[in-house]
Amino acid sequence: MASTEMYLTQSADIASRTLGDDTLIMSTLDSTVFVLNSVGTAIWNAADGATPLSRIIHERVCSEFDVTDEQATADATEFVDELVKHGILSISDTPVPQQEAP
Amino acid sequence: MALSMDIPGANKSHDVVIEIGGLPIEVQTTDAEFERLLKVRYGDYVRPGAASQFSLRVQLTTPETFDPDADAEVWLEDREWRMERGDFRARWNPAERQGQVLQSANPYSIDSVLRIVHTLMLAPEGGFLVHASSAVRNGKAFLFSGVSEAGKTTMARLAPADVALLTDEASYVRKVDGSYFAYGTPFAGEFGEPGKNISAPIAALYLLKKAPENRIDEMDPAVAVERLLRNILFFAHQAEIVRQVFESACAFVAAVPVFQLSFFPDQRVWELIG
Repeated sequence: MASTEMYLTQSADIASRTLGDDTLIMSTLDSTVFVLNSVGTAIWNAADGATPLSRIIHERVCSEFDVTDEQATADATEFVDELVKHGILSISDTPVPQQEAP
Repeated sequence: MALSMDIPGANKSHDVVIEIGGLPIEVQTTDAEFERLLKVRYGDYVRPGAASQFSLRVQLTTPETFDPDADAEVWLEDREWRMERGDFRARWNPAERQGQVLQSANPYSIDSVLRIVHTLMLAPEGGFLVHASSAVRNGKAFLFSGVSEAGKTTMARLAPADVALLTDEASYVRKVDGSYFAYGTPFAGEFGEPGKNISAPIAALYLLKKAPENRIDEMDPAVAVERLLRNILFFAHQAEIVRQVFESACAFVAAVPVFQLSFFPDQRVWELIG
């Protein structure tokens, strides 16, 4: 990822549950299971398609956890790449319109 | 002109009701030898004369290939579950509670079909089959789960005399009136013996890890669910079933204590259980 100006959207092909500080996510496509720690959970919960990753890192990670912006960006990039690889998250370089409720 | 000929006894029914987890399935066959094979294989799980709302009609044939260790493919088509492996083809209609099996006269194919059908019946009600040995002690059931070589069969072998074994291979978990029960199964692993056909409320699930000394540790709930999911028998990967199994695992961990059991493989480990 060359830039952190990207927008994250949670896949519809998952089942998820927050247990304590952690979040469990299971892909309904390949049954892969992920356990997100509290930092991952913060990013996951903010992945609304409208908030850029840089803002998520600044407002949800650096302000809540003892980590530098640089380190948080590197970790978040790796984290997002992994989830994208398994179809858990999708990324866009523009905000993703919210789907209207059925 | 079409000819027909009745051979006395040729189409006589030799049905066998096999009840596992309190769910009786009538296995319908016209082959007397296959009936005998089923009765020997399923022993105490055969319920002579019992009524059943579920049925599987078995048609015997010569298989194209025979590899009972191969993975079965399971998919949903026209509201029916289809199952296929080299040694069998089967379908299960959940709405009509009946299915058909095409296989040779062997116990391994029908065993696999029964496992799959039971997982499909259990999923909507929050139950599952899980790679775990299980046992009843003092009226409570304990599950010992783990991947291959984790010690499931070892725990079964080390069980003292006051312990009734439910299985050393595939534990049967049902949610009944909001509580979780373990049932005996005929599905045996290396131990080679079917479990006792009894059930009991589940007191704990232990995730096994061999170690130099015996120790029980509490587990983070998210990690417990993740480890449990790794061991649940999971044949069908349709989104709806995946979600049901995921929710079942989360609900189970919320209701049943889950621990990591580090154990040295000798009988002293059972001093910690029950």
